[in-house]
Amino acid sequence: MHEGINAGPQDIKSEMSDSGRRSTRRELLKLSPALLLGAFAIPSWSDRLLDAGVRLSDRASGALFRRGHLAETFADADVVPFDLFPYNFYDVADPEVDLDSWSLEVTGAVARPGAYTLDQIRALPRMRQNTRHICVEGWDVVGRFGGARLSDFLEHIGADPAARFVLVTCADGYYESLDWGTARHPQSLLCYEMYDRPLDRGHGAPLRLQMPTTLGYKQAKYLMTLEVSHVLPAQRSYWADQGYSWYAGV
Amino acid sequence: MPASDDMRPTTHIYEHPWFVRFTHWTSAVSVFVLALSGLQIFKAFPSFGPKIPQHDVVASIPNLLRLGGWLGGALRWHFTFMWIFAGGGLLYVTAQVISGHYRTVLFVPKDAAGVWPMVRHYFFFGDKPPQSEPYNPLQKLAYTSAVLLGAVLLLTGAVMYKPVQLSALGAVFGGYHSARVVHFIAMCALLAFVPGHLIMVAIHGWDNLVSILTGWKAPVATQSRSHEMLTDEEIQ
Repeated sequence: MHEGINAGPQDIKSEMSDSGRRSTRRELLKLSPALLLGAFAIPSWSDRLLDAGVRLSDRASGALFRRGHLAETFADADVVPFDLFPYNFYDVADPEVDLDSWSLEVTGAVARPGAYTLDQIRALPRMRQNTRHICVEGWDVVGRFGGARLSDFLEHIGADPAARFVLVTCADGYYESLDWGTARHPQSLLCYEMYDRPLDRGHGAPLRLQMPTTLGYKQAKYLMTLEVSHVLPAQRSYWADQGYSWYAGV
Repeated sequence: MPASDDMRPTTHIYEHPWFVRFTHWTSAVSVFVLALSGLQIFKAFPSFGPKIPQHDVVASIPNLLRLGGWLGGALRWHFTFMWIFAGGGLLYVTAQVISGHYRTVLFVPKDAAGVWPMVRHYFFFGDKPPQSEPYNPLQKLAYTSAVLLGAVLLLTGAVMYKPVQLSALGAVFGGYHSARVVHFIAMCALLAFVPGHLIMVAIHGWDNLVSILTGWKAPVATQSRSHEMLTDEEIQ
């Protein structure tokens, strides 16, 4: 009854000889690469390894991104009522932006830097989309958003097509940065409306980012400045600097 | 021959090739890390339902069952070990296929009839069914299921990670929300495999642990399972 053994590539070793012992030791040594996982138990090493893991994940996420691939859109009937759409903020729900004197300060690799008023942004083609807002916590809510395409605005301000990032800062001290692909995605909006009404203060009045291809924390609110850049500054993103993924594409 | 081996049988079996042992241990660590960091992630939204209204399924998750300290920390562990788990799985499956070793562990339809007799033997003290292969049908079912569960975990994880870019894959699992449910169920099923696996190793002794480390297994006289031993004469 040896067919079981013949069925598999199992070898038979007779005698636990000295050479056999050496072979056993060699076999054990061959496993040593698995011990590298032990580096994760050393705090200073594990931090660096986990950084590398998140960077690898971000790179893979970027590779999955397809500019023409649109996030799912929903019928008006599937949208959560406005009153129930959650307010998410990291510090204060209302940083008390002076809406009357507000303008967006545009700097960086652009042909026409300067202060842009809400009316100038509203003059760009108005988009309206019912899309899913996905939170890093694992929940999602379908809402209705309106605004100008970020890509249209980038064209309007004469952004350098060879630029790689869009950096924004916010009235509440929040800051965020987008990769060029996400910034120019057709569903990425400079959002000034929710549910066909001007943004309220809790949702980021007067202007926020709205991008159904990223997690919620990329969609900065209460925008104050926008910079087109070839490099990512050391301060990249409020949450990514705390350890979250920077790319955060979904 | 060393004196310590006097009383021991003289035939050893090379049971586990390198890739099986290596991926066994990387996967064991990965499953542990992914399950604990996954529970920490789950704590941020402990529900399988909608956000509005939110119905949590648990009030809290004990510290001991969580890894990462907070959502961001847990995501770092999860997004790092998903690669180690996926890489180990890919190496395991590829090497099994190329080496042909899979024939000893892959559960195939003809094994189905032998599952119940093994369950009866293990859990209800029934007679041990005769066996002609290295792994019995119940073992094959368990090992094959574990690999499939790993694949389901990776795929549903990918759907939750990239619900927009991988929307087509998401549709296979019934969408983003049901992928989350399937991910959780598959995790429970894979973890359920662990105690059974450890109990079997404990019952069948130290030599199993040695063989998953060195590949070589010393035959034990009282061993109730599997390998037919060749004597030295037969080898020569």
